[in-house]
Amino acid sequence: MLRFIAGRLIVVLSVGLTLSIVTFFLLNYVIDPAQAIAGEDALFEEIEQIREQYGFDRSITVRYFEWFSGIFQGDLGISYYWNKPVISLLIDRAPETITLALMSVSVTILISIPLGILAALNPNSLIDRIALGIAVTAQAVPNFWLGLIMILIFALAIPIFPVSGDKTLFHFVLPSIVLGASSVPAVMRLMRTGLLDVINADFIRTARSSGFYGWRLVFNHALRNALLPVVSVLAVQLGNKFGGSVITESVFAINGLGRLALESILGADIPTVQILVFVFAIIFLFFNLLADILNAYLDPRLRL
Amino acid sequence: MIFKTFIKRLFPRSFDDEIYNLTPKDLIIRKSSNHGGFKFGLSLLLIIFLFAIFGPIIFDVSPYEQDLTKRLLPPVWKEGGSWEYIFGTDGNGRDYFARILYGTRISLTIGFGAACVGMIIGVTLGVCAGYFGGWVDQIVSYLLTCQLALPGLLLAMTIVFLIGPSITVVIFVIGATHWAFFLVVSRSATQKIKNLDYVTSARAIGASKFQIIMRDIIPNTFSQIIVIFTLEVGIAILNEASLSFLGVGIQPPTPSWGLLIAEGKEAIFFQPWLIILPGIALFTLVVSINMMGDGLRDITDPNSKVSEE
Repeated sequence: MLRFIAGRLIVVLSVGLTLSIVTFFLLNYVIDPAQAIAGEDALFEEIEQIREQYGFDRSITVRYFEWFSGIFQGDLGISYYWNKPVISLLIDRAPETITLALMSVSVTILISIPLGILAALNPNSLIDRIALGIAVTAQAVPNFWLGLIMILIFALAIPIFPVSGDKTLFHFVLPSIVLGASSVPAVMRLMRTGLLDVINADFIRTARSSGFYGWRLVFNHALRNALLPVVSVLAVQLGNKFGGSVITESVFAINGLGRLALESILGADIPTVQILVFVFAIIFLFFNLLADILNAYLDPRLRL
Repeated sequence: MIFKTFIKRLFPRSFDDEIYNLTPKDLIIRKSSNHGGFKFGLSLLLIIFLFAIFGPIIFDVSPYEQDLTKRLLPPVWKEGGSWEYIFGTDGNGRDYFARILYGTRISLTIGFGAACVGMIIGVTLGVCAGYFGGWVDQIVSYLLTCQLALPGLLLAMTIVFLIGPSITVVIFVIGATHWAFFLVVSRSATQKIKNLDYVTSARAIGASKFQIIMRDIIPNTFSQIIVIFTLEVGIAILNEASLSFLGVGIQPPTPSWGLLIAEGKEAIFFQPWLIILPGIALFTLVVSINMMGDGLRDITDPNSKVSEE
């Protein structure tokens, strides 16, 4: 087990290192940061002046190493747009996004797992069709549009939840439904096919013939095995939610990392953007690693 | 009918059962004509295609022409609407129906364009990884992990906005961030195909690796690639709409659906149709594409059954 974790950790660390290089070069070489700050119509002299002022005239490798070693000393650079250290921006905005991510994964669990179970227990029934319909709809609805429609419904017709802002947990209800809905199709389909496979397995027939039936059979015997892949996919989805928070946060005016990302992009604030891309990638890798370890812990066959 | 079934039960192969004699092509045609979801998705998509191609020719109203005296007119079914402006007008007095109609072209162009870019990248990498194996495979898997870890939407937003948004840039950036599924599928398909007898015989008569890949392998991964392609078109369309909605994709006055929704957002409580109509258009297009993709997956799956009706 330890050897497995160590092996995965080495892969994650090297991917993280590669991604830091990719992100930095994409945002500093493919895009000219001086040009981005100066704007499109800037004169050549202005761009050159900015280049010198911010030190973009130095070699890109030198700047990369400066940036990368800074990360380990807690120095993530200074935001041009807010004139603040990037790290203080991250600390300010992170709680909102973490709340949103956790709540939206809870929404995904609450919707997709019961539906998936019901659909698997009654294949080709009405409930199976409804579940499939929900999956098809959720896959095709644009996230931001769903958010706006929610605002429209909950502001005018049924005003029970606030539609904008991030002061109380109630403010997070609608955004997490919107963000959670995007993961519903994948998780529900996985739950359904997983449970269908398990229900037709031999050991379930044995359990049934020895007198287990109904919900007890489902919960004690079938579900334990079918949940394995679902748990790991949920962990990955949780990692995805951070990057996916951009749209939801800007629709519902939540001051989290996603909105910070959008504002920094619009303000051509490259130090903040490159840290955010890197941080979201690291969060994703972390949850992926967690899912792998969890799976290996639950299913010893995977510890290769 | 009952008699025929009865005989068939007694002597399973005695009847000249057409299903056993079908060529693979006929089998696909029969499966697809029996698949309700596929037929629905395909016909809906064809209608949208016809709308996109011929709509702007028949309905000859410019989506850019402003008439500030006719701002925010309601659509025809609302009170005060008229047949002159079926979907009403937007905040600048532009005909909303014309804008949504032109938006179809933009969504379809970007959806198919970006999926093509993603397919070229993904299939090239996937086929190489599957065919050569060994260290090539390891490098490609490593690239895949990197691609999956990067926050695609955020990166696309940044690059599109800072390079300078245009349809071409959007197509290439969305394509370049969506090739993971193509890679996974074409890699596993190649691994299965490369050990088949006909590939071995092609190698035996002296075909080069390039010839084998181009002539024997890629055409046979096609049925699986097309499924991913369809689903990726849907994903790319939604991505473009999100970018445009956030203001970092297609720029005004081009009538992209995402942009239309962003423009309507200001008046959400007063003119809700400005948001609802392009949203429904977007939803219909993506649903039709996804249903076609799901149908294609069932149809091209060799294990799926042909119903005898």
